[in-house]
Amino acid sequence: MTIADTQNLPRGLTALANPTRFLALVRVVLPVLTIITIGLLAIGLWLGFSVPDDYQQGRTVRIMFVHVPSVWMAMGAYMVMVSGALGVLVWRHPLADVAARAAAPLGACFTFLGLATGSIWGRPMWGTWWVWDARLTSFLILFIIYLGLIALWNSMEEPAKSARIAAVAILVGAINIPIIKFSVDWFTTLHQPASVLRTDGPKLAPEFLYPLLTMGLAFLFLFLTLHLMAMRNEILRRQIRTLQRKAAREIRSANKAST
Amino acid sequence: MKLIASNISVIRGEELILEDISFTVSSNEALIVRGANGTGKSTLLRAIAGLLPLETGTFSVDDPDNEFGDSTHSQLCHYLGHENAMKPAMTVGENLAFWQEFAGQPHLEIDEAMEMVGLDGLQDVPFSHLSTGQRRRISISRLLISYRPIWLLDEPTAGLDAASEKQFAKLMQIHLEDGGLIIAATHIPLGLENTKELVFGEQE
Amino acid sequence: MIALLKRDLKLSFRSGGGAAIALLFYFAVVVSMPFAIGPDPILLSTIGGATLWIGALLASLLGLERLFQSDAEDGSLDQMLISPTPLAAQVFTKSFVHWLVTGLPLTLMAPVFGLFLGMSQNALLASMATLAVGTPAISFIGAVGAAITVSLSRGGLLLSVLVMPMCIPVLIFGVGAVRAAVTEPDPFLPPFLLVAAISLFFAVIGPFASALALRQGAS
Repeated sequence: MTIADTQNLPRGLTALANPTRFLALVRVVLPVLTIITIGLLAIGLWLGFSVPDDYQQGRTVRIMFVHVPSVWMAMGAYMVMVSGALGVLVWRHPLADVAARAAAPLGACFTFLGLATGSIWGRPMWGTWWVWDARLTSFLILFIIYLGLIALWNSMEEPAKSARIAAVAILVGAINIPIIKFSVDWFTTLHQPASVLRTDGPKLAPEFLYPLLTMGLAFLFLFLTLHLMAMRNEILRRQIRTLQRKAAREIRSANKAST
Repeated sequence: MKLIASNISVIRGEELILEDISFTVSSNEALIVRGANGTGKSTLLRAIAGLLPLETGTFSVDDPDNEFGDSTHSQLCHYLGHENAMKPAMTVGENLAFWQEFAGQPHLEIDEAMEMVGLDGLQDVPFSHLSTGQRRRISISRLLISYRPIWLLDEPTAGLDAASEKQFAKLMQIHLEDGGLIIAATHIPLGLENTKELVFGEQE
Repeated sequence: MIALLKRDLKLSFRSGGGAAIALLFYFAVVVSMPFAIGPDPILLSTIGGATLWIGALLASLLGLERLFQSDAEDGSLDQMLISPTPLAAQVFTKSFVHWLVTGLPLTLMAPVFGLFLGMSQNALLASMATLAVGTPAISFIGAVGAAITVSLSRGGLLLSVLVMPMCIPVLIFGVGAVRAAVTEPDPFLPPFLLVAAISLFFAVIGPFASALALRQGAS
């Protein structure tokens, strides 16, 4: 389904997809979201840096305020992709594909951020940059899955076709992620004692909890802002594609008319 | 019987290839789909075969004598595409035997069908040894070994010489007289009687 | 269905079929391991199960690229899509044949190759058992990857990238079961049964997902 060509569609289909309206909405919402994101990030970072040192982890505990929200968003992005995939296969909504596709690089980035901050945090805690800890390991696999899906999208030319095929891949990945999680947990308990790293749960003192929640909210808005921007860019990219095709077609028929 | 297409629209890739196409083809009748390349001939055939999703419209079969039970229209179709759907590593006989078993409703014997396309005796030759025209004729004989009332033919005569074209015209005529119907996309006259035409794109 | 089974079996043993190549590849992987790691018999026997499993995984991935691609190229896939036989059932058959000509021979040859790695009798039997129940999972998961990448010209690499992470659970439990069979306190049965469960799960899910991807790919 194209986006610029909706006026060419038979009636009834136009109601399904209206990227023009979506773009208009983005234009209004995006500045607001950007301001909220910057504000929340500023507050969250200020709160995060002003917490006292942890009695066990010292000042490294502050990595948590970036690490944990990244991990949340890494999982959230996959959830966005799953709902996008369902939107493609069940409702055949063209924006669903755009949403799924725009979420993939963001998810990969947040996963990478989660892995990198986890590793930096692990250095003083475990004395090494990498440990085959259950969480790090499952995230590493999630990272590979993200990259694989991005590669899949990039290797298919037609957005309409790649949308549905990628949707199948996303869903199969989603079914498999719990199995991977379970197997990795089994793997790590077999090979070493349980993780030293405990970041969540009710144990967290309120002085750490509130900055963390603020940062979580800030990252959520950061994701929303970036996601909307990426969706807008994807729509514009597809509109350019359609215009290019149209130009090629017009030249072809002009040539035919002149001969 | 009749195959009725009503208000068919198909989107392929990003383009609306077919828009609001309607036609009826009855037994003993052939529909010739003509038009320049890229006007949607193959798309129409693939859509009838059930390979492409329809944006709008339906295909239905009008079967007053209930000859074919409750089969859907695509189960009544033979689809002959651009590719021959034969495995080069297997012999001609093995290939045809597979398709007969796979498609069900056996009609002619394999030897008989090969005789009809003038290639009797090549059963044990690997498919890869055949010439382009011979490959096409073997692919055509696939239409004969299992019975389907509707033949969907996409450029069926591509690669055939004049004599084989004539032979194939005779086969199609027999199928039509037998109560079958044909929908063919081509820009070469097939030499059939009782045809209708559907022209895509601008008139040449 | 039987027709498809017979044809695919036939094709995999003819020219262009990959049955023998997969086995050779498996042998090559297993044999090159000691050169990378060193000929220390104790070390080799410890990682024996892992080596056999990695080899089996790589060798199974090898033939997957062509699973649907050859049918797509010669037009057979169109006929399969049109056929009244449910597409998922056809995919199941094709995946099963893939297992018959790669997974099964790999399993049968595993004890022979394991001898090169100095594995104990228990470990050899355990490897064989886990490979027998685990390699079907690779074929069924791989079929989904093959269906997804069927229309891509360089699909093979992408297929491996997509399928590998999905196969990690099979690898973990498979190798875990082999290790459990030799190290005393660990029970062999739970990981072994988990491998079997994963295989059964993907034998159901895989064909449907593949069929969905193939149908979308045709349009």
